[in-house]
Amino acid sequence: MALLEVNNLSISFGGLRAVDNFSVSIEKGCLYGLIGPNGAGKTTVFNLLTGVYKPNEGHIRLEGTDITGHAPAEINRDGIARTFQNIRLFKDMSVLDNVKVGLHNKYRYSTLTGVFRLPKYFQVEKEMNEEAMSLLKVFDLDSEADFLASNLPYGKQRKLEIARAMATAPKLLLLDEPAAGMNPNETEELMNTIHFVRDHFDMTILLIEHDMKLVSGICEELTVLNFGQILCQGKTKEVLSNPEVIKAYIGD
Amino acid sequence: MSKEKEQSLKQEETDVQNMDNMDIVKKMSRKASRRNYITYGIVIAFYAIVQILKATGHLSAHFNGLLVPLTYYAIVAVALNLVVGILGDLSLGHAGFMCIGAFSASLFSVVMKQTDMPSGLRFFIALLIGTVVAAIFGFLIGIPVLRLNGDYLAIVTLAFGEIIKNILAAIYLGYDETGLHISFKSFTLQGEGKMLINGAMGIQGSPTDSSFTIGIVLLLLALIIVQNLVNSRTGRAVMAIRDNRIAAQSIGINVTGYKMLAFTVSAAIAGTAGVLFSHNMSTLTATSGYFGYNVSIMILVYVVLGGIGNIRGSVIAAAILYVLPEMLRGLNNYRMLIYSIVLIVIMLVNWAPKALEVREKIKAAITGKLKKEAD
Repeated sequence: MALLEVNNLSISFGGLRAVDNFSVSIEKGCLYGLIGPNGAGKTTVFNLLTGVYKPNEGHIRLEGTDITGHAPAEINRDGIARTFQNIRLFKDMSVLDNVKVGLHNKYRYSTLTGVFRLPKYFQVEKEMNEEAMSLLKVFDLDSEADFLASNLPYGKQRKLEIARAMATAPKLLLLDEPAAGMNPNETEELMNTIHFVRDHFDMTILLIEHDMKLVSGICEELTVLNFGQILCQGKTKEVLSNPEVIKAYIGD
Repeated sequence: MSKEKEQSLKQEETDVQNMDNMDIVKKMSRKASRRNYITYGIVIAFYAIVQILKATGHLSAHFNGLLVPLTYYAIVAVALNLVVGILGDLSLGHAGFMCIGAFSASLFSVVMKQTDMPSGLRFFIALLIGTVVAAIFGFLIGIPVLRLNGDYLAIVTLAFGEIIKNILAAIYLGYDETGLHISFKSFTLQGEGKMLINGAMGIQGSPTDSSFTIGIVLLLLALIIVQNLVNSRTGRAVMAIRDNRIAAQSIGINVTGYKMLAFTVSAAIAGTAGVLFSHNMSTLTATSGYFGYNVSIMILVYVVLGGIGNIRGSVIAAAILYVLPEMLRGLNNYRMLIYSIVLIVIMLVNWAPKALEVREKIKAAITGKLKKEAD
């Protein structure tokens, strides 16, 4: 059984059918790419998967459980974490605290325990700090733990966003244009990071990307969207040599 | 750059590299708790200085009368900062929560005054009642209000604050031989009885149990609760919602729940301040001068000038900005002029980039000296 199974997903905004009959099946451990020209509906698919929009039709199944129509916070607890096209960090909080918020549902103590500083507070906070720091170390951010998130350089902000998503211990990680605004060196480093996350955490990753070098470099399978509909689906090499795909991207 | 400086910089660099990474975490938490203790220290030091001045007879009767109001405005400023600075929502109705706390507690105290309940216990229960009732109203008002954002939320909280004040100014509550009566119209009591809330005349004859010491204790309690809340799992979730609601949802945080929690706690603390207010004078009326939107805005001024999100700043700003216009009464016509100039100066010192630079330099000079002395 595939990890993520999406059947005939559709949503309309007024008269516009933004996503039409979208289906995909992603195996566990796969690095999957979702590409397409601007306005093809890629981010809408992400917003459907993460519960920001409710689909008009279709089903989303994660490990066989139907999660269609769940609220965004619920979807995260179901096991899907995401990053955003325009970085959405908690910018007035420290790098460490950004990750610790990600650990919110994994390590728990009540509000009263926190206010009255009961022994459990110190114990759980210590565990949280340790896990957050080891996660930051994986992303090479540990020496900047006390920085404000907004003071990190751009590339590291992207990494921190991935680290925060990973802190929620997801089964599926969605990356929305992770290489947007990056120079070739940063993109190269990002590719390594994504590869590393997949191998180190045995993670399944679905990403949206425009950078063809990154897509052809790390994605194993691809789906191409055009005008909300699937244009082509399959192994990366086959998809990228498909004349229809080239036409959609470059024109006649 | 001098050689000495260069060397010390290099030394610092290697120090950073050698530092174990958990040390950064420890340093961060030490810094946070030191910040909290400095706040408590300032409050306690202020209390001690006032007590010494009092004992040596250097305190004027006028200033003495300002001490309790100073504590309850500081408390309500801390409460409002929890909503404005930590949760990131603009509330203009906190005087309303003060009003609810004041009336519910005073009502209890007036009824209990006739029994032989010791005054300490009575005031303690009154504090609990005022806090809990304000919390309940905070929760109920929060349900519709927290669905809104930004300006809309501010306007609706302002409206709720005014509604509370106006209802409490119009209500008549009394008991007589035929039972308990409640009405929006004035009525006469049959035989023996008593008016508890007498419309615009409010509650009369409530005991004056508030004191500066109790005010300071409650202020410390409010500070402990809010600062500990901010530095906990709950506080992080609340601040995450402030910084980016959509991202907070995406990592599984219950946005509505934590917004409600922060708003309710804030209303509760404002209610406590209201109890102090109502037990500081024997007559309690729901007039605009005490609980109108002007008061809410005044509290907001304390929060903004103290630094949004800076709990300690709220306390200091509330103390200075409450006492100042009172102390300037001698200047008559120039009073509000000087007050507004002070507001502008405080704003510049707090926010202007140049002023921040100078403050950083002073801070560095002081810590540098301390380090040298330690060596």
